Amino acid sequence: MSTQLSITRLTKIFEPGTANQKIALNNFSLEVKKGEFITILGSNGAGKSTLFNGILGKFFPDSGRIILDGEDITYWKDFKRAAKIGCLFQNPMRGTAPNMTIEENLALAYTRNASKSFFAVTRKDSGYFRELLATLDLGLEDRMKTKMGLLSGGQRQAASLLMATIAKPKLLLLDEHTAALDPVTSRKVLEITGKIIEQNQLTALMITHDMNQALAFGSRTIMMDGGTLVLDIHGSERAEMTPRKLVDLYTDQSGQLLSDRTMLSL
Amino acid sequence: MHYFEMLLSALGQGAIYAPMALGVFIAFRILNTPDLTIDGSFVFGMTVCAMVTVAGHPVLAILAGTAAGMLAGLVTGILQTSLQINAILSGILTMTGLYTVNYMVLGGQANLYLQQMQINESGVEVPVASQTIYKMMAAVAGNGEVSSLILSGLIVVIVSVLLSLFFKTRPGIAIRATGDNEEMVRSSSINADRSRTLGIMLANSLVGLSGAMLCQQQRYADLGCGNGMLVVGLASVIIGQALFGRRGVTLGVVSAVIGSVLYRMILQGAYQIDMPSYTVKLLSALIVTVALVMPLTKEKMNTMRIRRAGEKEAYK
Ligand SMILES: Nc1ncnc2c1ncn2[C@@H]1O[C@H](COP(=O)(O)OP(=O)(O)O)[C@@H](O)[C@H]1O
Ligand SMILES: [Mg+2]
Repeated sequence: MSTQLSITRLTKIFEPGTANQKIALNNFSLEVKKGEFITILGSNGAGKSTLFNGILGKFFPDSGRIILDGEDITYWKDFKRAAKIGCLFQNPMRGTAPNMTIEENLALAYTRNASKSFFAVTRKDSGYFRELLATLDLGLEDRMKTKMGLLSGGQRQAASLLMATIAKPKLLLLDEHTAALDPVTSRKVLEITGKIIEQNQLTALMITHDMNQALAFGSRTIMMDGGTLVLDIHGSERAEMTPRKLVDLYTDQSGQLLSDRTMLSL
Repeated sequence: MHYFEMLLSALGQGAIYAPMALGVFIAFRILNTPDLTIDGSFVFGMTVCAMVTVAGHPVLAILAGTAAGMLAGLVTGILQTSLQINAILSGILTMTGLYTVNYMVLGGQANLYLQQMQINESGVEVPVASQTIYKMMAAVAGNGEVSSLILSGLIVVIVSVLLSLFFKTRPGIAIRATGDNEEMVRSSSINADRSRTLGIMLANSLVGLSGAMLCQQQRYADLGCGNGMLVVGLASVIIGQALFGRRGVTLGVVSAVIGSVLYRMILQGAYQIDMPSYTVKLLSALIVTVALVMPLTKEKMNTMRIRRAGEKEAYK
C-alpha cells in the first residue's frame, strides 16, 4: 500500500539558546500507510502534541520534512493544510463555535469540499448533516438549530468528530480527544471514532494515555519519548501484546518509568 | 403633537445612526473585536460624501462614503491581521491617521457646507444648496421630517435585510465563526485573517454609510461629528440587547437598529428635562457604563442574598 504521511527527521526546539531550551521533537521520523490507524503512547512531555502541532502547521519545524499524500506541506500555512487534515483535541470547546447552531458548525467544516453554494446551509447539505448526526445516535439530528454551546462536552466532542471528518480528510489527528469526558461518554465517543475511521477508511493517528485503548484500536502502536520514536509495534507482535508487557518493553527501551497517568490505565 | 414631533425626530435620527450601530454590533458582538476605527470612519464617510455631493452626484456620494468607511476598515484589518498589531491599537492608529486624511478631503478645512456656486438670472454668482438624496426624496414625498424619515428608514430596512441574509452565506458564517472560535475556523481550512478583515471592512462600511447619510441630511460635513461615535454605537447595541437579549444574528441586527432609535428617545427625554446638549456625551458614557456593570451587580446581589440566607440559617 502507498504511503499517506511521511515525516522525516522532524526537529523542533522551543526557546533555543535559553535556560528553558526544550527539544520537543528530536529527529522524529514516521511513515504512515494509506488507511493505517496508529495509536500513540508516551509519557507527559514526550512531544506527542508537538508532533501533531507540527503536522498541523501551528509552527514550522527547525528541520525535517512533512509529506502528505505526495505533497510536501512542510511550509504550508495552517489553514491551507487544514483542507486535507482533520483534528480533534482534548478540550471539546476547541473544535466548535459555541454561538452558532449545530447545522452552521457542520456547514463551516463542510466548506472544505461543499459545493460553492451562496447560502452556507442548503437544503441538500442540511439533509446530509441530519443523516450524519443520526449516526451518532445522540439525538442531535433533531436539534440542528440548537446553539453548539448548549451541548454537553461529550455531545460537542462527538459533533467535533463529525466536523473533523466531514470532508473525508487525508489524515485525521486525535489528541487525547476523549480524556476530558466521563468514562461512559468517553467509551461512546471512542466507539463512534472507530466506526467513522473504518467506514471512511481514514488514515488516522490517535494519541491516548490508556494502554488498553492504544492496543484495542487501530493496527499499529507507537511510543514516543524525548521527542523520538522509541517503540513501534504491529502485526502479530502487537496482537500478543498486553499493557504489562508494553510497560516492560518501554522501560527497557527508554531506561525510565512511564508516567503515573499511563501506569494507572493498566 | 409635541410628543409626535419628538417621536418623529427620534426615529429620523435613530435611522440615520442605525447603520453605525450595526457596524458596532458587527465589530464588537460578531467579531468580538474592540474596533476604535469607528469615530474616524464615520467622519471619513461624511467627508468623502460631502465632496462627491458638492460635485453634483448625490447618490454616488452615499456609495462613496460607504466605500470610504470600507477602506478605513481594510486598513485596520490589515494592521490587525497581517501586521499583528493589537486590535485596540490598530483602530486608534487608523482613527488618528484619518483625522489628517479627513482634513485633506475637505480641502484643508474643518467643515464644509453642501453648496455649489451658481450664476443666477441676474448674472450674479450665488451659493446654491447641493442636491442630496433627501432633497430628491422631498421632491417626491413632500418636505419635512416625514419624508427624510421614510428615506432613512428605507435604507436601514434594506441594509438590515441584506445584512441578515449575508450572515447566512458562506463568507457570512465564516465571519461569525471567526469571532466565535478563530482556531476552529482555521482548522476548517478558512483563512481567518481574511474573514476578520472582511468583517471589519463590512462594519466600517456601515459606519461610513451613516456618516454619509448624516452629511446629506444636515447638509454639511464637520470633522467633529465623529467624536464619541463609538460610545453612541455601543450604547445603542447595549440598549437593544437589554430588550431582546443576546440571541441569533438576525435578532441582533434588529435589536441594534431599535437600540439606535431608543437611544435617540432617551436623549429626547434628557432634553425635555432641560439638560443642555453638551451633556449628551456624558450621558452616553453613563448608559454604557451602567449597562456593562449590570451583570456584575446582579451577580454580587445574588451572592449577597445567598450569604444572608446562609447566615440566617446558621445562627437561628
Ligand atoms: N509552545 C511551547 N513553548 C515551550 N515549550 C513547549 C511548547 N509546547 C510544548 N513545549 C514543551 O515541549 C515538550 C513536549 O510537549 P508536548 O508535545 O505537549 O508533550 P505531550 O507528549 O505530553 O503532548 C514539553 O516539555 C513541553 O513543555
Ligand atoms: Mg499532549
